[in-house]
Parts: sequence; structure tokens; C-alpha cells
Amino acid sequence: MSGPLLKLEGLHVRFSAARGIRSLLAGREKQTFDAVAGVSLEIEPGECLAIVGESGSGKTTLARAINGLTPIAEGKAWISGEPLHDKPDWTAVRRQTAMMFQDPVGSLSPRMTVRNLILEPFRIHGIAIGEPERKARKLLAAAGLSQEFLDRYPHQLSGGQARRVGVARALALDPALLLADEPTAGLDVSVQGEILTLLNKLRGELGLAILIITHNLNIIRHVADRIGVMYLGRLIETGPVEEVFANPAHPYTRALLAANPEPDPDARLTRIALKGEVPSLLARPKGCEFHPRCPWAHEDCATRAPDLASVSGARRKARCLHPFPDFECRSEAAGGK
Amino acid sequence: MKAALDIRDLSVDYHTRAGRLHALRNVDLLVPDGEVVGLVGESGCGKSTLISAVLRLLAENAEVPGGEIVLDGTDLLSLSDAEMRLRRGRDVSVVFQDPMTGLNPVLTIGRQMIDIQHREALSRAARRERAVDMLARVRIPDPASRMDSYPHELSGGMRQRVAIAMALMMNPKLLIADEPTTALDATLEVQIIELLQELQGEIGCAILFISHHLGVIAELCQRVVVMYAGSAVEEGGVRDIFHAPAHPYTKALLDCDPGRIRERRQTLPSIPGSLPDLTAPPPGCIFADRCTKADAGCGATQPPRIDTAPGHWATCHFAEAMR
Repeated sequence: MSGPLLKLEGLHVRFSAARGIRSLLAGREKQTFDAVAGVSLEIEPGECLAIVGESGSGKTTLARAINGLTPIAEGKAWISGEPLHDKPDWTAVRRQTAMMFQDPVGSLSPRMTVRNLILEPFRIHGIAIGEPERKARKLLAAAGLSQEFLDRYPHQLSGGQARRVGVARALALDPALLLADEPTAGLDVSVQGEILTLLNKLRGELGLAILIITHNLNIIRHVADRIGVMYLGRLIETGPVEEVFANPAHPYTRALLAANPEPDPDARLTRIALKGEVPSLLARPKGCEFHPRCPWAHEDCATRAPDLASVSGARRKARCLHPFPDFECRSEAAGGK
Repeated sequence: MKAALDIRDLSVDYHTRAGRLHALRNVDLLVPDGEVVGLVGESGCGKSTLISAVLRLLAENAEVPGGEIVLDGTDLLSLSDAEMRLRRGRDVSVVFQDPMTGLNPVLTIGRQMIDIQHREALSRAARRERAVDMLARVRIPDPASRMDSYPHELSGGMRQRVAIAMALMMNPKLLIADEPTTALDATLEVQIIELLQELQGEIGCAILFISHHLGVIAELCQRVVVMYAGSAVEEGGVRDIFHAPAHPYTKALLDCDPGRIRERRQTLPSIPGSLPDLTAPPPGCIFADRCTKADAGCGATQPPRIDTAPGHWATCHFAEAMR
């Protein structure tokens, strides 16, 4: 296959704001907002990209748009060269893009056994399998569960086991891309490692590309090659994981990394205090959308909107008028760090 | 050392269809006056049962076969229901994980903050003033007008700050914080931790801080208690626990934390196996079947509490050798 596995160009996902009775009576215009506001990215076959960002930054909506679970309002998207923005056959698309949902137990039907849950994708896609029992066992083994789980129901599974069943279901149809929405959320620390090891193993064995959506920065460096940081529905920084962690270019990335408490009582962190709360998507700030919270904002940040532009080499991009590191001296002087 | 909360030898059983489930077994836990103690443990370790026991809000099918819960000199288990009711919210209060479940969605913040002062001999205006003052102390912008807001009109971080304001309103001796930052994003989590540190300094209450996030525990707490499957397995100062853990479970837990592994790894550590069946706990050490150090003796006899340093103990036969 030539070219990227997944390509997004200026992708928008739009939702309409709920209308209250008051605005209905006043006959006000229906308000809409863009949960994903122009995301462009590429994922190569076998590559792992992590999308990070806080609640409401549009991470999950982005994954759902790739899988056709929410409509694409604007922009273009291709998977293996097939356009997704032009009424594709989503059933066919979903054979290639498997989704692991955020809630491991909630995404499994409580009335189906693990065996039926694993074989369900074949039924949905009308694929005949000669020996379903063997197939179910093979998939379960690939997800690292023993055969005794085949006859269990979701409520009899722990969070980690339910997560593994989710992996087995996602793998059923040999996808090229796995969309993993918060794969470690709600799991105990001792189980998180198991799931990450499993994802790494599947990548190695099956050449699977993975889009991981998470707000847990700690897990990213162990699974992802590249990272994309989202804020208010836009990518504000992208680049190789190690480089971004070592030297973030965007002030928000810097604050996000600094906000991650170290599991060491002697670590003294240099925190970056962000002012105020995340703005509403209905009232995006003018200029750079991060400037009201940015400790390093310049005057022009309030008026000029930055693009996602290359910084320090072609592999890294940041949406900032004054990206680090050429900015460092100023922050020291201002005592901001 | 005076203790705000001293739990001694506490056991809690649940009557279930599968039999008697020993949810807590002989738990000791000490929260000294004015200190922040972290309680670490994974799902099923008995954290929630412990909180319910301290508040005396255990489920119907629970039974306390033995132990004491001494809050500020009084054994809570000896109090009548009416006496206990007077203490909840005044001597001990709680901040829960999801602030939405702790706040009433159909009443304004102000109404709820005034209501919880029902025991105070104050005028309505004075109560309102106190509520506004408390909101200001948790740094809610424009507190007077926020009094008329409903919980759904606030963001998650603001809601959690309101919950903290309500919990601290009566100057409790002990604040139980049950994963107060789990539902929040990283940058808001930091704001809440800093707020708790600051308020604790001002008000001087002791805090029992429950979390599975080791980074938060390391930053906020002076002492740490580690629980596993209904037992307290190790207790000590935060440095002892993080730098010289004396129980294999504590060590395994620390080793698993992806946040402590700096270099990229294909294979990440985990703790193989699963929790023991607490309707029939093993005769020996509760962690023995998942422990890499365990020998035949561990499966047969329960390890005693071994002091490895002043104020640091672990229930492990190898506690000395671990250090």
C-alpha cells in the first residue's frame, strides 16, 4: 500500500447546541459549534498516534467521525485512499477501522456471552466462518484470555478482562487501524501495563496502526510514535513523542506536561499555572484560542490566529505565534515558571 | 501524637448469597491531627467499605464483628444513630469523586450551602455571608452571584471546589477525600491539589486522601497507608513508602506505574493473578498467591505486623529483607 493509511484534511464535526424554551420563544437562530474544528493529520500503516487533550477537546468526537459514528460536517478524510467524506459504505469502512470504546464493560451487551460477543462482528458483516468455535478461541487467545472465559457474561468480567474482550472484538475482522478510546481508563495501575503490553504486541505481530485517545500522559511514551495535542477541537501541537515530551513547543503542551504529578515525594515540580477555565466552544476566544489562559501571551496573541506551522524541523508543528524554545528567556524574566 | 482518626483492628463482613464476605480484616489506620494521609489501593481493596464504616453508612447486609473507629477521642461505633448524625458533616465530612452526586441538582449552590449550616445558631443573612466567604476561599470567581447558580451551570472543576467548600464549611476535624481529582483533567487536578494544600494549612483539619493516582499521593500526603484485598498491608511516611517499600505488594504497585517508567518499553510490568475470594480468604498472607517472594510459610501463616523503621510497618514475613 502506498501513501498514508488514514488522511484527514480540515475535518470538522458540528453539533447544534440544545435550545432552551426561552430561546425557542424568542425565535433565536439555532446555535451550532464545532467540536472538531479543522483537524488535518496522517497515520502511516503500522504507526501509533496518540491524541491527548482535556475533556471536551474533541478527541473522542474525532475518532467517532473516522468511524462514521458522527457525521463529518466539513473537510475530507480517506482511509486506504477511500474517501470517508462522500457517503461511503460505512460497514465496509468499519472492517478496516475497529473501535475500542471508552467504557470496557458498558460497551459489551450484558445479555451476550463472551463467545457471542467475539463472533458478533462476523454476523454483522455477513462473513461466513467455517469453524466459529476455533475462531473465537483464537481471538480470545490473541487478546490474552483463556478459553474458560468463552461462556462468561460481561458482569462476570473484571475491568481488565472486559477490556481484553473489547480487543478481541476489535481484532475479529483483521482491521488495519485500531481506534482505542482511553484504553486504560478506569483500570487499576497493575492492569494498565497488561493492556499496553498487549497493544504493543498486536502492533508488532499484526502490523496494526493505532490511534490512541487518552488524557493519561504517562502511558503515551510506551505505546505511541507520535503525539497530537488537542485544544478546543483543534490540534495545537504534533510531533514525535520523545521530542514533544522533552521540549514542548506550545505553552499549553508545556502546562499539560507540567501538570502531571510525579510519583516521587522528593520531586519538586515547576508548575505552570493556567488562568481560568477552558472556554466554551460556543464562544471561542479571538486570536489565538489559548491566549486568555496562556501565561506567556503577547499582545498580538489576542488578535492574530496562528496556524499549525512547522517548528524546529519538519516533523514538529505547533499552533502558536511565539513557540518555545525561543521564548524561554522571556518566561524566566517574567517569573512565570 | 494526637490522632484525628484512629482505626484499630476494624473488621467488616458482608452477608452475601455466596456466604460471609470478609471485606475488611483487622485494619489499623491512623490519621494524626493536621496531617494528610493517603490511602492507596486498587479496586476491591476495601476503600469504599472503610469510608462507609467511618461515616457509619454501611449497607444493610454489613456487620462489624470487631474493632474501633476513634474520631477525636470518641469511638464512633459506640454512638447512637442520633449522636452519629450530629457528627456527620460537623466532625467528619466527605468530598466524593463525582461532585455531581454530592450536590443536589435541583437546588442552587447557595441554598445547599445555607442548608448545611442548620445546626448553627445564626441568622439567615449570616449563614449566607459565611457561605459566600467559603466560596471565595475556594476561589470561585464572583462568589456572591454564583450562590444563585445550579450545579449544572458550573464546570467540573468549579463543582468540585463547591463540594470542597461545603465539606469544610463546618471546620471538620477530619475530611475524607474520596478520589476527588479522578474525574478532573490534569490542569484542573493540579488546581484542586493546590487548593486542598492551602485550605488544610488554614483550617488545620486532618485529611484522609483516597486515590489510586500515585503521583497525587506523593505530592500531597505526609503519610501513606496501602491496602490490599481488605487488609492494610503497609503504613509509613511518604518517603519510606515510595523509596523503601517494605511490602512486596507496595513495591509491585510502584513498579507498575507507567509514570515511574521513564524510558520507552514494549513490555510493561503488571501484577499477574487476581484478587482472592474474600468469602474464603486464604489462611496465610493475603497476597501470597501473587507474590514473587512467597514461600510455603507465607501460604500457611499470616505475617505479623513488622516495624521496619519508626512509624513504618508492613505485614510481610520478608519486611526486613525488603528494605
